Amino acid sequence: MSQRYRLPDGGRIDRTAPLNFRFNGTALRGYVGDTLASALLSNGIHLVGRSFKYHRPRGIFSAGAEEPNALVQLGTGARSDPNMHATQVELIEGLKARSQNCWPSVDFDISAINDRLSRFMPSGFYYKTFMWPAAFWMRYEYIIRHAAGLGTAPTGRDPDYNDKTFAHCDVLVVGAGPAGLAAALSAARTGARVILVEQDAEVGGALLGLAGEKIGGKPALDWVAAARAELVESADVRILTRTTAYGYFDHNFVGLLERLTDHIVDPPAHLPRHRLWKVRAKQVVLATGAIERPLVFRDNDRPGIMLAGACQTYLNRYAVKAGQKAVLFANNDGAYATANDLAAAGVKIAAIVDTRPNPEGPHSERAESAGLPVLAGHAIVGTTGDKRVRQVRIARLNDDGSAITGEAQEVDCDLLAVSGGWNPAVHLLSQARGKIRFDEERGTFVPMQTEQATHVAGACNGSFGLASCLTEGFATGETAAKAAGLSSKSRRKKTPAASNETFLPARWTWLVPSETPLGRGGKHFVDLQSDVTAADLKLAIREGYRSIEHVKRYTTTGMGTDQGKTGNVNAIGIIADTLDRPIAEVGVTTFRPPYTPVTFGAFAGRDVDDLLDPIRKTPMHGWHERAGALFEDVGQWRRPWYYPRAGEDLHKAVAREVAAVRTSLGVVDASTLGKIDIRGKDAATFLNRIYTNAWSKLEIGKCRYGLMLGENGMVMDDGVTARLGEYQFLMTTTTGNAAAVLQHMEEFLQTEWTDLDVQLTSVTEQFATISLAGPNARRLLSEMTHDIELSPNALPHMAFTEGTVASVPARVFRISFTGEMSYEINVPASYGMAVWQAVLTAGERYDITPYGTEAMHVLRAEKGYIIVGQETDGSVTPVDLGMDWVVSKKKDFVGRRSLARPDMLKPDRKQLVGLLTDDPQVVLPEGAQLVERALPNPPMPMIGYVTSSYGSPNLGRSIALALVKGGLARKGETIFAPLADGRVVPCTMTDPVFLDPEGERLRG
Amino acid sequence: MLLIPCPYCGERAESEFSYGGEAHIARPADPEKTSDADWADYLYTRTNTKGVYFERWMHAHGCRRWFNIARHTVSYDILAVYETGAPPPKFDTKSEV
Ligand SMILES: [Zn+2]
Repeated sequence: MSQRYRLPDGGRIDRTAPLNFRFNGTALRGYVGDTLASALLSNGIHLVGRSFKYHRPRGIFSAGAEEPNALVQLGTGARSDPNMHATQVELIEGLKARSQNCWPSVDFDISAINDRLSRFMPSGFYYKTFMWPAAFWMRYEYIIRHAAGLGTAPTGRDPDYNDKTFAHCDVLVVGAGPAGLAAALSAARTGARVILVEQDAEVGGALLGLAGEKIGGKPALDWVAAARAELVESADVRILTRTTAYGYFDHNFVGLLERLTDHIVDPPAHLPRHRLWKVRAKQVVLATGAIERPLVFRDNDRPGIMLAGACQTYLNRYAVKAGQKAVLFANNDGAYATANDLAAAGVKIAAIVDTRPNPEGPHSERAESAGLPVLAGHAIVGTTGDKRVRQVRIARLNDDGSAITGEAQEVDCDLLAVSGGWNPAVHLLSQARGKIRFDEERGTFVPMQTEQATHVAGACNGSFGLASCLTEGFATGETAAKAAGLSSKSRRKKTPAASNETFLPARWTWLVPSETPLGRGGKHFVDLQSDVTAADLKLAIREGYRSIEHVKRYTTTGMGTDQGKTGNVNAIGIIADTLDRPIAEVGVTTFRPPYTPVTFGAFAGRDVDDLLDPIRKTPMHGWHERAGALFEDVGQWRRPWYYPRAGEDLHKAVAREVAAVRTSLGVVDASTLGKIDIRGKDAATFLNRIYTNAWSKLEIGKCRYGLMLGENGMVMDDGVTARLGEYQFLMTTTTGNAAAVLQHMEEFLQTEWTDLDVQLTSVTEQFATISLAGPNARRLLSEMTHDIELSPNALPHMAFTEGTVASVPARVFRISFTGEMSYEINVPASYGMAVWQAVLTAGERYDITPYGTEAMHVLRAEKGYIIVGQETDGSVTPVDLGMDWVVSKKKDFVGRRSLARPDMLKPDRKQLVGLLTDDPQVVLPEGAQLVERALPNPPMPMIGYVTSSYGSPNLGRSIALALVKGGLARKGETIFAPLADGRVVPCTMTDPVFLDPEGERLRG
Repeated sequence: MLLIPCPYCGERAESEFSYGGEAHIARPADPEKTSDADWADYLYTRTNTKGVYFERWMHAHGCRRWFNIARHTVSYDILAVYETGAPPPKFDTKSEV
């Protein structure tokens, strides 16, 4: 079967460039310039899929983005895409496509029995099903998901890459039909920066599918070519074809999806597959055209039934006859143009069925003079044909069109072209909060008001005639450019002449009657993709739904991937008729982005793998890698987690690292701690207000631990701050909170305490921090410096000094997060690696052991030191932590007043305790819930949870920290941890400091 | 995505900014003398305006300055931008809504 529906000549395909492709495994041929849909039709294939709910055979319905039926799975393996519109897929050599939602094949689909069971699947079926006992839920969901699927997402890794880019322009024109081209031309002639976007592969819009149109006395496509050439020549114009404006957001921010390689068999490696454009336009011109709507009649969904305009496009643009023997069914004059074109191409016109009693209009007149058989005041009341329409039943309508009169006649055909009028594509306008109104004359919703810097031109504006499109386009482009600030020195040209015929006049028909009551003996489909019928809409109204938004959700009308582009206005018309209210009162549902589906890959762009989020590495990172460290992510930082030696697991490695710190010497890379330089005459005053404790009297050269609260009294950060000078402090923050702390402090300085003289500078990345900890820390450091006095008197715990370490200028802080004697050495970041290596070499005699975050956590837990974000979660106060000692009673500070609120004083708040399991070998899981009394089964009242839990090698037992209701007053009492595996672990609440409560080790 | 006119840098995309909530919520001058109810009000109560709303933004990925804007919560139009500490501009809110 070789393209027997292809015309011998004409169309915009390249007959010298034949292409081979496969559909459901069958080898077929088409040409360059075809879409998958036009190539299938040229081979006589209409049946392409099964419907969503009833699995009815469905065919190609449209020739564009509005396609509800012809969704196919493209490609194989990882390079496979579901739900692709066959009407928009450009044919390429070797293309493989298959039908969706059918099993085992599109010709024989087992779930088609759903069609016969359809009375059990009324509107609201899913909601009603899910009202049944919860246990049925899972079963139904499983069945529904398998029966009513769309395509299949590939599971392999995406072999392509996608890109994102930003752009700015004076005028963004969406749509390159006659109105859009005219708008782009006149805007460009003012010197404006213009972006013209077209979803099709070429510009021209509806003109590409028409025959015989003239502009300025010449073929319309000559004008299109000249317009394109002028735009290409213009310096500040960018034409983006194969690009869809999928979303129109606030402040004229428009999202575009450009498809760069989908039409190329072997795309060059340098090209991304898709590119997401984020355009900020001063002015936007919407020239998005119009979408034809079908008629709602009985069994209007068979393959071979398609939109009249689509038949015309396939004929003129692709040189494909969608059938040999056509019936037209219309309520307007425009569809006659299709009949005339089909007849001229040799397709037999079996009948033109027109609901209008007196067909009028230029196209009707031409059809009449050509002798085409017209049945005025008639309607199609039924169709037959399983996988292709075979016959239609035609009957006369009564005067108001509400019922049929007399006997129906049968007419054979293999193509039924329908037209119920045209709807402006107002989707983007609606996304931009523009208002639309129902226009009685044109029988559709047209733009009424824009809310952003938006202009509308052409068919999208309800101006359907070609001459109007051109006039409006030229005028709008210039208006938009002027609004964007361009002076109107446009080289003004005369708007070329063109015909202004439209599809009017028409007779609006929302629901075509049939011989049987609605819903019996056939289906009147409103929404083909979601399989919603007119009977479903009426049932929803009988069940009490009135708002269009509710009817939409209950019936799922317009909720498919096509968002009801062909069905919605008919649905509104039927609802209005049923409620006996004007359409204007029923209103419309909101259109939402995306206009057509956008791949996840495009949204992800290059932000995948290592580029998903910045990775921050310390100056010593390379050493850690060479030492075989395993890493953990702390915010964006990558920190050594532990350094396993051969044969060691986490447990063994951490036990060794922890023991080394307590017995000799450990070293940890603490460069990730946030460091903020605080300067100014009021620096001490500022710290007084930011921290809970007092800072004015801190001596130069001393350090102090500080706790920072939010204004709500909850702990937000902690850390040690050193006074470097009278007016200079260095604050450290937790690794993950550095940015938040800086922002918190800047906010108060800029918005509340604008009189304070304080400057904040983040210096986190300017310094590398090497922290020595253990009984031999002082010995090693003294061997590496000649100018720092390290005796306990000269540099006691919580003191700071400056000098050189390994001949590098260094700041040395004697502070400890391990409970051991500890020195934090800050050196300029560029010296970090050198000093680290020097420390490791010099430390060999003490068996210096690098340790990671896990050992650090164990060491600090042994001392009961909290970690903000682990022992706290934004709902914990200093009092809850038993840290009143760091809260000043004498001064105001951020969060202080909140600590006195009644809720903060309740004795049953969750408070920090140590927790020792009765069995010392049991290590509780972090997050384990705690109860007063274990009951045989949940639920049981929970009184707290475990925040930290480790096996402590130094203590030879497990230790844990927990937040427990009223815990501070309950030390010594036993509570229980019922675990997921059924064990119930008794534990005793204790003081959180498990080791060296006097602090002798760290002061030594 | 809003286009926010930073008074110090010019128009920039919303993604460069941090939102700071309602503007002109003054921290009580003497928290100790503030009642529990008034303190809770300062902490938690914010207006939910349909119309012109005065709000704080911070140019986090730019100059890091805080400032105020007057934004219409229906149209999202930014009607005024002004420095922290300056009084809110006057609007005839009826004609704006
Ligand atoms: Zn700025």
